[in-house]
Amino acid sequence: MTEKPSVHEMHADQLLLRTDRKTGIVGYGAYVPRYRLPGTEVARVWTDGGSGTVKEKSVAGLDEDVITMSIEAARNAMLRAGIDPCELRAVWVGSESHPYAVKPSGTIVAEAIGASHNIQSGDWEFACKAGSEAMVAATALVGSGMGKYALAIGMDTAQGKPGDALEYTAASGGAAYVIGPADESVAKIEASYSYVSDTPDFWRRPEQKYPEHGQRFTGEPAYFKHIETAARTMLEQLGRTAADYTYAVFHQPNPKFPMKAGADLGFTPEQIKPGLLAPVIGNTYAGASLIGLTAVLDIAKAGDRILMVSYGSGAGSDAFSLEVTEKIAERRALAPSTADYIARRTPIDYAVYTRLRDKIDMG
Amino acid sequence: MEIPRHWRLKQQRYALMGEVCPHCEAKIFPPRDVCPECGGEAKTQFAFSGKGKIYSYTVMRDAPAGFEHNSPYTVAVVALEEGPMVTAQLTDLGEEPVAIGMPVEMVTRKIREDGERKGMIVYGYKFRPVMAA
Repeated sequence: MTEKPSVHEMHADQLLLRTDRKTGIVGYGAYVPRYRLPGTEVARVWTDGGSGTVKEKSVAGLDEDVITMSIEAARNAMLRAGIDPCELRAVWVGSESHPYAVKPSGTIVAEAIGASHNIQSGDWEFACKAGSEAMVAATALVGSGMGKYALAIGMDTAQGKPGDALEYTAASGGAAYVIGPADESVAKIEASYSYVSDTPDFWRRPEQKYPEHGQRFTGEPAYFKHIETAARTMLEQLGRTAADYTYAVFHQPNPKFPMKAGADLGFTPEQIKPGLLAPVIGNTYAGASLIGLTAVLDIAKAGDRILMVSYGSGAGSDAFSLEVTEKIAERRALAPSTADYIARRTPIDYAVYTRLRDKIDMG
Repeated sequence: MEIPRHWRLKQQRYALMGEVCPHCEAKIFPPRDVCPECGGEAKTQFAFSGKGKIYSYTVMRDAPAGFEHNSPYTVAVVALEEGPMVTAQLTDLGEEPVAIGMPVEMVTRKIREDGERKGMIVYGYKFRPVMAA
């Protein structure tokens, strides 16, 4: 089968997305709800034993959804940014579990954090990369000079069919980022790069409660192809190797995939583990790579380079190359850390889980 | 259906937006445009910090219509750091026993949903035990 020459071949040196004005992450905030479902609980109900691939996953409480969790992450990001919310020119929420099918999550989040009415607001959807897509758009808005600050959020109360492999991992949580001028940032955005293709690995049709997966498409042609192409292109075009980065954060549907993708790309487990939260909170879908990055920013030092690569089914990856600045030291203590949220935990059993996640038919 | 009321109250409910009296500096919640302390006109917006202490509390086991979904839950009178008392649900309690004097902080949560999966979702303030930052 012959294929058209790709853009990669045609403009191989111009693929990275870079802005005229230098941008960076001015504030960041994580959110993880307090309930945890151990993998052994799912196994107890649905199999003869075992525990699945993660120790436990985070579960939203009865009064939580993507909007309430986005509000808390956004408040944390605003605390670290230290800016007047009226200076934001965009509030964007990426998720595959927006509470309304029609009615934006972003306007409610904007109202709650005291943003002005003079903003862009909309909901992004691209499976697990909806949040990083909003980050790319926020970078473009700030980098073009259309606005000084933009808020991008990736947040999910992830869906998984009862008994399905996804039920072990589909979790709740995410993170928010205030993108602004590089000279005010805790981490400069050197470049981003996105790689997408039509790949049938995972989807959810309208009005369906749970997603379907395209079985054999899940690994190589989907996750690994997109993550590794995005990461390799970024490294090649910046003239770097894995060794030039202190940390790497990959989308984490389970603990194994990001470790393998990292190893394929030349990263060591020490570079990946600080941003690998899947073992303790599961897969927060659109929040997964973004909250991996907040965990890394919580411990990073000035001069550290971070590579973040998201993955969304359907399919695509956004890669970000970041360089941490000295401002990180004074900002990180201004809001709860990712580890604070992970440490705040109440284990639940499968019965409580079915109530919290609305799996009981009340007639 | 109370859509106009939900819309009118959204600022105070989402973000504890109250007022400050320009005459005697009293902080006012909920906002009522007249200072309860000095009787003067008070229309200046004031965002409360959301920090406070539990003044009193009770557990609701027989929830009123519209709140059954969350039952049982704890309702508290919270003395805000800035002065006013507010009545609100507590959330994220975990195993921590609720106690009078316990420090709490405001979070914005789902309060209720109007109509079975069709109506508006109403968001508003609740309080939880203060998280160590």
